[in-house]
This record gives sequence, structure tokens and C-alpha cells, in this order.
Amino acid sequence: MSRTTAAVDTALPGDWEELVTTAVLGTDRRAPAGVGPGRQAAAVLLDAAAAATVRRRAGLRPAPAAERPGPAPEDRRPALPPAAARRLAMLLANRPGASGTGRRGTAPDLMELLPQWLAVANARGFAPPPALLPALLDAARGRTDLRPSALRFAGPRALWLARLNPDWRFALRSAPGGGTSVPARHDTGGMRRLWQEGLFAERVAVLGALRSREPAAARELLASTWATERAEDRLMFLDSLRTGLGPDDEPFLEQALADRSRNVRATAAELLSALPGSALARRMAVRAGACVAVDRTRDTPVIVVEAPHECDAHMERDGVVAKAPAGRGERSWWFGQLAEAAPLGSWSRRLGGRTPREIVALPVADDWRSELHAAWCRAAVRQRDPAWSRALLGEPSAPEAGGPGAVSLAERAKLLGTLGPAERAEWVAGFIETHGLSEAFQLLGVCAVPWAAPLGRAVVDALNIARDAGSYPWSFSGVMGLAERCLDPSEAGRLDALLAVPDEPEDASPGAGGYWSEAFQRLVTTLRLRAAMLAELSPPAP
Amino acid sequence: MHRQGRLSVGGSNFVGMTEQEVRWTADRVLALAPDAASRAAGTEAAAAGLWSEAGCSGSGTVWGLCRGGGGAPYRTVVDTADASGPAYTCGCPGRGAPCEHALGLLLLWAGGGGKVPRAEIPRWAAQWVAGRRTGAGEGRTADAAGSPPRAAGGEAARRRAERRAERVTAGAEELERRLTDLFRTGLASAGQAGHGRWEETAARMVDAQAPGLATRVRELGALPGGPVRLLEECALLHLLARGWLRRDLLPEGLAATVRTRVGLPASADGPPVRDHWLVLAQYDTADSRLTTRRIWLYGTGSGRTALLLSYGPAGRAPEIALPVGQALDAELSAYRGGAGPRAALGERFAAPAPTTVRPSGTSTPRAVARYGEALRDDPWLDSVPVTLDRVVPVPDGDGWQLADADGDTALPLSPTARSRPGLWRLVALSGGAPVSVFGECGHQGFTPLAAWPEGPGEAVPLC
Repeated sequence: MSRTTAAVDTALPGDWEELVTTAVLGTDRRAPAGVGPGRQAAAVLLDAAAAATVRRRAGLRPAPAAERPGPAPEDRRPALPPAAARRLAMLLANRPGASGTGRRGTAPDLMELLPQWLAVANARGFAPPPALLPALLDAARGRTDLRPSALRFAGPRALWLARLNPDWRFALRSAPGGGTSVPARHDTGGMRRLWQEGLFAERVAVLGALRSREPAAARELLASTWATERAEDRLMFLDSLRTGLGPDDEPFLEQALADRSRNVRATAAELLSALPGSALARRMAVRAGACVAVDRTRDTPVIVVEAPHECDAHMERDGVVAKAPAGRGERSWWFGQLAEAAPLGSWSRRLGGRTPREIVALPVADDWRSELHAAWCRAAVRQRDPAWSRALLGEPSAPEAGGPGAVSLAERAKLLGTLGPAERAEWVAGFIETHGLSEAFQLLGVCAVPWAAPLGRAVVDALNIARDAGSYPWSFSGVMGLAERCLDPSEAGRLDALLAVPDEPEDASPGAGGYWSEAFQRLVTTLRLRAAMLAELSPPAP
Repeated sequence: MHRQGRLSVGGSNFVGMTEQEVRWTADRVLALAPDAASRAAGTEAAAAGLWSEAGCSGSGTVWGLCRGGGGAPYRTVVDTADASGPAYTCGCPGRGAPCEHALGLLLLWAGGGGKVPRAEIPRWAAQWVAGRRTGAGEGRTADAAGSPPRAAGGEAARRRAERRAERVTAGAEELERRLTDLFRTGLASAGQAGHGRWEETAARMVDAQAPGLATRVRELGALPGGPVRLLEECALLHLLARGWLRRDLLPEGLAATVRTRVGLPASADGPPVRDHWLVLAQYDTADSRLTTRRIWLYGTGSGRTALLLSYGPAGRAPEIALPVGQALDAELSAYRGGAGPRAALGERFAAPAPTTVRPSGTSTPRAVARYGEALRDDPWLDSVPVTLDRVVPVPDGDGWQLADADGDTALPLSPTARSRPGLWRLVALSGGAPVSVFGECGHQGFTPLAAWPEGPGEAVPLC
């Protein structure tokens, strides 16, 4: 029986038990003492039970206190400004399906603004109001993409809370170290002990934390137990060396090339090839260089490719996968891997001192162009080489940029990631000015938020052109959604002219104008809301 | 269909006559919304494109046409000039009070930017405002829960009351028969027939014009806790029926309690008490017929706790809504005759305003003792309103309790409270440290309704 009826537990008097038994059996079968059967007996029972019930309730006493949970760790971050706290409550209350209408209408999609709100709140270092932690945890539970930022914002008290509610266990798993705190920087002994005795998640956390501040110490910690780790753990630990990767890591990685596990070997090779000065990179440069040459015998110089004829044991040791996927020729498969892993800097020497732009512009003989350029793209992304990325991206206004050229849109998006935010935005703006929005979604996704002014203008102009062309706005719903979240809120004023329902041109889709006006309204409303959100999160001037 | 209602205002008080000229801040508008969901809906309705012919007058009236679900646009008017809070009307079928259109319109107005310009008030808006302002003054003091029917001719009223008492008596006698029959055969053999039996008995009590009996009977059908709980509640029902049948022998106070518990109308004719009433909690319960709203108030001057009850048809929120954590300068009149802390809201002198005052609290042993004492005047009482000072929410097996921070006693949380999301807000607010908690303390345990952190901070609603 629960403790809520404390009186029943603690002081169940004999005559009350007697009354309950009589009530269950009935007074016809078990008459109370001193009364004959019949209606009178039942009334006597009820009289006695009423008196006993009131007496029991009046005599309730508090229960003994159970063991108290330890206090939640202190959150030293400053509290949210009140308006921002109210806004957060509103964003969290707007769960999907709450409004229940199919078409989006002109209302902003508040849930989509939550990631941005969390990012700014985290950047400003605010702590959430404790009473909103349950809603935050529920939101993070429902959307895994929100988890890292939501949990970071939720802070230490949320982890304390999550230990008390099984619904929020995910927070303990997602948090670094499974909710345990990584030992402090100077606590070398504690760090080493946790590394040797901790659970897997705790060990990943220790290694990650150490790697981000002292890369060499982390590598040495990993090396101290490397031989005894299981293969899948070795793979995860090796992966954490991506942070702060440097020339000093080469000996360790070179040794991992001989690992028993193929996945560990492949990861080690990949990491080494991202170090242009490594021995592996030099070996790959020699192998790849042997396959590529400029043929000067023709009228214009042409790149000729002679793919390798075999994949020898040394190549395999350096991470080249010998078996080609179904449908791919072995030799081009091997060649792609060599060209991808070779340092990009080696090509200029190999190809007559040309710049990346000149090299990319060279014609390639015998249909090898797409294979070679694709490998260079992967290399430029892996080695984070802006000069090669620029060359491979080409001019945004070039006709082949819009269509399926040698470099796909997905590859372009990755290449853009190696450029600075301003250059990225400028390139995508140029692309949209020439090719419109239909292919731009993926490229817009890699641009920094809020969008730089030229990019924002290009998107709005392109939307305007699409409207004037009479198509329906939902053909552009992806870009519209991005624009709502990414356009600089200060652009809202420039959009006012687009809010009116335009006269429909003769060839327009029926009713499109109204829908466009609605879509632009939603855009403007969302931008205004974001501006308000940001203002609320700005700390008052000291 | 047009609805009208009053809003409560958050934020700063009205200062002088020029205030109505000043546009409000969005914050102040959003403080009108009863909950987070309606704040969100209001924000959505604040899209400029939804509105046409929107405007505002120099005398505090804001109006606009809102494009709604396909038909004619809704006519929305808000009168912000009233010191006791803005009033609104809207043609929408929505049920919120205020509806999202009224909130959206005010937000648009508050946002400036020429979306709601100063303009000539259209006829349809002017008519409503004129009708409202002349009508104001009356109606304001009327209780939403319904005042007793005005005595139209003392003699006729007396005869009506007599006839009703006779019917209630017949109902109480029938209830007694049914209860004793049940306990002659025993709860074990009554077995499965339970629920239908109680529904039918409840219907008989409705016929007998004893709604208080009917409600208690209906609750027996859905009672958790096996024969012990059923015996308790049947015995108390028996006590109530017997009390009615022999009310002439009871002391006047207890007789009045019996009349109220049976379901005879009570009236709020206690002397009006003016105070700054802190809104402690507001929550709704609903059955298939009715939504009941309970608002707990605490007189910051008098230290009195009062309960406002209001009703709406099933699925609709009652119109009165007050912001938890703010204080309202108003008059309250108590219901007489064993109605406990129930009161009716009279005249309001100013909009609700933020306050740092908290109700004074007590310890867990004192809280249960207070419940025990209250049973003396009303043995049918399920709980009393109590504020606990310095308690810590503590997990206890499957349940939770509120443990005294400075003692070794605790109050278990009621089953209702254990399944509410408010429990987790309470635990999060505490973080293992002492908090102050207002709630209902009774034989089912403690049901927290609002809490305050140890340090400075606003009230956190838990219901």
C-alpha cells in the first residue's frame, strides 16, 4: 500500500479492519455485534465506518522523510534575461502538431527557431531557468539533432535531474562521460585512473577532453593501452585523434597502419594522408604521380592518365582497398584512392609548375576527367586546401556549374566548406544569380548563418523572379524554410514590398500570387521574430 | 458567434489618462495570455498579412479584420482603456480567453511599424465599445459561477425552496436505501456491477436536485484503492445523507456545510474584503459535462487564502483567467455557510501586477494538523490549502514526498501530483535545495500547485 494513505499503514486499528471485513462480506452474513440482521445492521456499519474515516483522516501524521538526493551541482552561468526566458518557454510549448493545421500559412515555425535560439544562448553563456529544464529535456528527447545544443544549454542541473527520471536517460548517455565529470586538467592521476578503469563512454570523454588541450598527452595516454584495446574501441579512440592532428602523430599512426583490424588501418591511412608531410603522403604522391602526366606532343597540353595495373601489398598497407565495389573497374578504383591520398601540393611539380587553376583547366584524355577531378575534390576537402577548392569550384556563373559537370553539387558543397564564410557566401550568391534557386538548396546549407548581405539579396531576388514567373511557392519550400531561418533579420524591411498580392500574369499558376504573398509574410514574420529573439538574448549594456 | 470577456493585465499599472495613448510592449501583451500555448498562438496571429483595416483610436480602442478559416474575416476589437483590464470581442469560434486574434492584434499594435495606424474608428467597433462602456459598472461584480436567483416575491421563493428540500430529502432517503442494500450483501458480491450501479444512482440524485450527492456518487464508480477507499467514501456519503435528513438537529455551521455539500446554491454575500490578492494557482478539471476552474488567491495584507470557482461547458475554458504569481487589487466576497475558502471576485481596482510577496508557510506536521482541524467543520473535506516552507522534493519508492529541510518528517505527494509534469518542474526548481510550495494537503497526500525557489524568484506554476 502506498504511503499516501499513511494512516492506513501506520495505524490500522483493529476495529477498522473489522469494519472493512464486514463491508466486504455484507452485514447479512456477518452482523455487527449487538444488532440483528437487516437494514439496521448496514446503517450501524456505515455509521461506525464514517466515524472511523473522519477520525483516521483527522489523525493523519506526516511520514518519515526518505533519503534525500544529493544537491544538484551549481550552475555558475548568469540567468537568462526575463524576456528571453519567456521566449524559450514559448518555443518549447510549440511542439509539432500543436497547431494542427496542414498548410503552414503565414505563421512562423517556432520549433525550427529553437536550434538558433539555443546556439545564441550557448554562445552568450546563459543558464536556463530551472523550471524549464523538464521541457528542454523533453524537446531534446524528441529531436536528436537538438540534443547537443539543448543539453549544453541545460547544463549540470539537467543531468542531475535526468538521473531521477528514466525518460531522460538519453541525456546521461549523450552527455560527455555519461554524466560523470572529466577530471580537472591538473589531475593527471585521476585522468589516468579513469582511462584505465572507466566505462567506454567515460574513456572517450577523457581522451577527447585531453586531446583538445594537450594533443601529445592524449596520444601518449592512448598508446599506453593501445595493444590491449578491442578492435572497435581502437577505431573509436583513433578517431579522436582527428582533433588537433599534427606531424607529431605520424609515428603512432604509421604504426597503426599495421593494425590487425582493417578499419583501424584505413582510418590511420586516412589521417596520415591529411598530413601532407607524412611518409605515407609522400609514398602516395609517388604512386599517384606515376599515373598522371602532361602530354606535350599534342597541339594543346593534355593530361593523360595511366591507372595502376595492380594493387600490391605496400599499397594495401597504406590503406588502399584492393577490392572494387560492384560495377567499378579495379584500375580506376585504385587510381581514385591514390590520387585522393596524394598531397595536392605535389601536383604542381608533377605537372609542369602549373597553378591549381591551370591544372584543373587542362583537358584530360580518354574520359579520365571526372575520375581525376572527383579524387582532387576529395583530397581538397580532406586536406582543407582553399586554393584547390577554388580551382575545382570554378566560376559560379560558368554554365557547367549549374548542370551535372565533372564536380557534383554535393562535392561543391563540401569544397565550399573549406573556404572562409564570406567567400563561400559570395560564390553561392554568384551561383544563384546565374542558375536560380532550383539547385541551390544544398549549397545554401553550407553557408554561415545569418547569410551575408550579398547572398541574402541574391536569394530574395531569385524568389522574386520565381514569383514573377508564376510558379507556385512550394516548389521553393526548402529554400523558403532556409531563408526563414538564415536570412539576416535586418533584411526584413527590404521584403515589405513583396508582401502585396501581385496581379497575376496570364500564364501564371492560378492563385499563386496569394500563396507567394503568404509565404513572404511568413518569411518577414519569422525574421522579425528572430530579431526580437536575438535582442532579448543581448545582455543589457553595463 | 460573439463572445465578450475581460482580460487581466500584466506589467506596469495604468498611470493616468495618457497611458492609453501609449502603445504597449509585446511583453505586456503576452502577459495577458493564460498559458504558453496561447502565447504561441497569439504570436502566430500577429502576422501583418492576416489583418486588414486594422487601426487604433486615441482613446485606447484597437480593432482589425482578421482573415480566418475561409469565411468572412473575424472582427476583433480590444478596449485597452479600462483600468480593470482590457476587454475584447472577436467573431472567431475559438475558445481561448483572450483568443489568439485579440492577442495577435495587440501584438501587431504593440510592434508599431504602422501596421495598426491611428484611424477613424469604424461603426462596428464603435458600437461595441459604446455598448460596453455604458454597460460597465454593472455586470462587473457579477460572479461567473452564478449568483443566487434574485428573490422575485419572497413567498414564491420560499415555496420553491421548500419543494426543492422535499425532493432532496426523497433523494437522500433513496440513497440511504441503496447504500444499506449494498452493505447488506457486501462489497465482494457487488463486484463488477459497480460502475453502472453508481451511474444510475447518480442520475437519480440529479433528478432529486441534489447535484452534490450526484457528484460524490459518480466518483464512487471510478474510485481507485479497493474496498478500503470504497468503504470510506460510502461511509462519508452515508454521513452526508444522514446529515441532510437530520439537519434540524445539527449546529447551524455544520447544517450549512451539509446544505452546501448536498448541492443547494450558496451565495457570496460575505462583506467585500479589499486586498492585494496574490494569484497562487489556477487549474482546470473537466468531466464530460463541465470544466471547473479553481483559482487560489492569497491576501497579501490579510493573510487569507480564498478560492474562486468558475465553470465552463465541457471542453471550453471558463472565461476568468488570472496570471499566477501576480497580485490583484480587488474585492472578494466570501460564500457563507460552510463553503470553506470559496469566494467571489468583486470589483477590481487595478490590473494584476508583479509582486515579490509570498504566502507565509508552515512545516509538514503543522500542515496535516491544519487539515485535521478543518475536518471538524467539514468532515467531507478532501484537502486544505497550505504553503510549506523549506521543503525538499525527495523520491520515495515509486512516489515522491516533500520533506522538511530542517526536520525528519515529510508529506507524500498525492497520486494526482505524481503523474503531472509539474512534479518535474518542482524537482528541477529545487535541485535538492529547499523550496516553498503552495498546494492542497489532504488524506490523499499533498498536491503541489506552485513553488518558489529558496532565493529570489517568481512563482513557478506546477499545475
